[in-house]
Order: sequence, then structure tokens, then C-alpha cells
Amino acid sequence: MIRKRKISAEEHKELEKAKKIKKLETEIKSIWIFNWFNSCGFTELVPVVGSRWDMERFGIIITSTPRHADVLFIAGYQTVKSLKRAKRIYEQMPEPRVVVALGSCTMTGGMYWDSYNTIKRLEDYIPVDLYIPGCPPRPEAIFEAVHKIMVHVQEGVKKLKASKHG
Amino acid sequence: MSVWFKILLIPIVAIFGVFIGMLYKGVDRILIARMQSRVGPPISQPYRDFKKLMVKDNIIPRNAVKWLFNLMPVVALSTTLIILLYIPLGGTMPLLEGHGDLILVLYLLIFPALALVLGGFSSGSPYAIIGAQREMIVLMSYEFPLAIISISIAWLLSFTQQATNVFSFLVISNNVIWSLVGPVGFIGLLLLFLVLLFVMQGELGRVPFDVSKADTEIAGGVLAEYSGRNLALFYLTNITKMVVIGSLIIALFLPWNISALLNLTGVFAYSLDLLFFLIKLFLVIFIGSTLIRAAAARLKINQVVTAYWLHAMLISLFGLILIWIDIILQTL
Repeated sequence: MIRKRKISAEEHKELEKAKKIKKLETEIKSIWIFNWFNSCGFTELVPVVGSRWDMERFGIIITSTPRHADVLFIAGYQTVKSLKRAKRIYEQMPEPRVVVALGSCTMTGGMYWDSYNTIKRLEDYIPVDLYIPGCPPRPEAIFEAVHKIMVHVQEGVKKLKASKHG
Repeated sequence: MSVWFKILLIPIVAIFGVFIGMLYKGVDRILIARMQSRVGPPISQPYRDFKKLMVKDNIIPRNAVKWLFNLMPVVALSTTLIILLYIPLGGTMPLLEGHGDLILVLYLLIFPALALVLGGFSSGSPYAIIGAQREMIVLMSYEFPLAIISISIAWLLSFTQQATNVFSFLVISNNVIWSLVGPVGFIGLLLLFLVLLFVMQGELGRVPFDVSKADTEIAGGVLAEYSGRNLALFYLTNITKMVVIGSLIIALFLPWNISALLNLTGVFAYSLDLLFFLIKLFLVIFIGSTLIRAAAARLKINQVVTAYWLHAMLISLFGLILIWIDIILQTL
């Protein structure tokens, strides 16, 4: 009789993490993003699709439904009302998923810091993986963020290969 | 060829179709990017997308009809791969020659679209249901011109060649139909060819006729609720369908082989034919799909129906009448 080796909770956590890193390694080669934007964030992000910056050369395309998306871009302030929708979009996305918040509005409330109706720190409601500062951020900043995600994942893969789970 | 050899060849044909589809999809995306003065993704991007989708979570919505929702991607991909076995590929005869003909291929071509429709209806999302209804309307629109084209070719063959099984691909691809007609019939065939290229775009659900997947209107339409492995299978279906329809057009209208011209035989002739076939396939996909995709914007749903039911149908009927006049002129 073969008995399954008992895995401690810590080891189980490590294994789950290793699995997630392996999934992310394939994901960074074709990132499909879903946009949840207000106007100013949108106008600054549209050039990224166009011919000057051309994000498709890294395999990044914009999808129309959260079910297809890997990365959720949230730009600008969220009101109490729109946050519900943002949460719902986040819940509809399949794992592994990444949330990138754009603009200073998502970090501190930005120029709406004293409004009664806006969310000051998005982190308190949705697990944000990366903030991009700016009001609104330039397209270059978005590329830098994407590059940082890629480097981060690749470093994780390297670490994983060095460890025993690789 | 013995039966066992044919069975052995079936997976090879399927892998060939998927591989060529992925290659041409990558080339297609690069060419579109270049036309918009962008750099474009690497050529292996469709493979990377597919690999990523296989890794992702497969979400089944709570409102969905589970078994239908999961079955339909498999049906769509398998029927598309089955069509590959009935169509002449790479300058050779179809693998299942004698077991099915053009009529069967026309019926099988409905299956992937119908699977998409059923998948959309079963996913329980209002966006997917609207998309499925639109997909059905588009399906009904382009079927009629397609039927007129295939019937007029078979009709021409039955008059000029006195062949009995005119729908068989053996007869169709052994006779170059352009050489069977006079100048009037040539114009008729040209019109039919153009209509078939026009139908190709609707069949693939690509840009001027992508009302069922309209990204900005109905959030992905039929595919709105699909994710992960199921979406990957639909992705492969679309890629393979490009090869299927491209080779159908080649089999009907451009069945030339380079080895017959040069009097070659053996392995060398086969590989040369395969290369020539791939070039023809590329040209058909480029002219029929890529160029239109880069140049046009999405039509409205009523415009799609008018374009197929009225314009494409009238043009193809006119082509049929021209061929009929040509046959009468020949027999006089």
C-alpha cells in the first residue's frame, strides 16, 4: 500500500506558490488586459495601443470581457457606486489575475482627496499588485510597469528553479 | 493506401492543419500591424496565447447549462478537424476520398458556427445570448451564396464533363473549371470567386462581419463567458477554420499543381506541391481576410444581412446565369 506523504501547511503553501509562478511565467508572454477606466486615464492609455508605442509587440491586447482577461487596469478614482462594479469585474476574472492601479487617485484620492464619495485607497477593497503614479500616468510609465511585472515574474521563476520545487 | 495507413495519417493531418493555422494567424497579425505602421507581435504569438489559455482557470458560470457549455468547444474543434480530412490538402487527394464530398463539407461547415451558437445560449449571459442570436443570423445569411457557388460549379462540371459524381473533390480538383468555359462563363466564374472570398470573412467571423463577437458593443458576444481551456479550444477552432476555408477555395477555384506542369514524380513533386499549396493558401488568406480586416470597420447587423442576402446572392445568381449562357453558347 502506498501512503501519501503528509504535507505540512507551510510546504503546501510553497507548492501552491510554485504552481502560481509557473502559471504566471506563461501568462506574461501574452497578457490580455481588461480596462476599467474613467476618462482621463483612458485618453492617456489609448496611445499605448496605437502605432507609436504598440503594446501588441509584447503580446498585450485589450479584451472586451473580464473572463478573458489576465490583468485588470483600474484608472482614476472609484466612487462608492463604481467600486461595486470594479469588485464584480475582479471576481469574474479567472486565476491567476493581476490588478494594476493607475493614477494618484487610486493611491491617495488624488485631487478628490476631500470628497465624501470617493475611495481614497483602492488597496483596502481590491488586492492591488502594482500602483502606477501620475495624474494621469504617461504611456511610458505603463510600459515601465509592465516591464516590472515581467522582471518580477522572471526573478520568481529563477528563484523557483534554484529551490527544490523547480 | 491501406486503411491502417490512413488512420495513421489522420492525426498528422490534424496537427498539420492546426500548425499551419497558427503560423498564418501569426503572419496575419504581423501583417495587420505593419499595415497600421506598428511592429506587431512575434510570429509565435498565437501559440503563446493558446498555451496561456490552457493554463488559466476554467470558469463555468452559475447560470450555465454545464454539460452543453463544456461540450460545445470540443464539438466545434473536432468538426473543424474532421472537415480537414475531406478537403484536398497540399496538392494531394483528401484522406477520406470517396466517403464524403462537397455537400458533406458544406454541412460540416455549419457545425462549428452552430456549436458556437449553442455554447453562447447555454452560458446564461445576456451578452452571450445576443451574440448567439447574431451569429445565427450571420450563419443563415452566408449559407445561401455559398450553396449557390458550389451548386453552380457542380452544374458546370455535370454539363461539360458528363461526370456522374460531380460533387466529389476528385472530379472537382482534377478539372480546372476556368478552362471549361468561354469568355462569358469566365466572367461568371470570376464573380463567383469574388463572392466566395467575401463569404470567407463572414465564415471566419472577422472584422466587417464580426457582429456576433462585437467587442465594443456586446462585450465579446458568444464568447463572453468562456475562459481558460474552453476558450482555448474555440481559439484553435477559429485558427483551423481559416485553413479549412482557404483550402476549400483552393480546391474549388485554384486547383493547379506545379508538379503536373513540370512533369515531376515522387517525393520531390509532393513537397513542391505542398509548398505551392501553402503559397496559394497564404495568398487566399491575405487577400480574402487580412486586407479586408485591416481596411474595413464593423458593419451593422442589418448591413451584414443585406450584404449577403441581397448583394452577394444577386451577384452569385448573376454569375450562375452567365455560366448557363456560356453552356448554351458552347452547345450551339
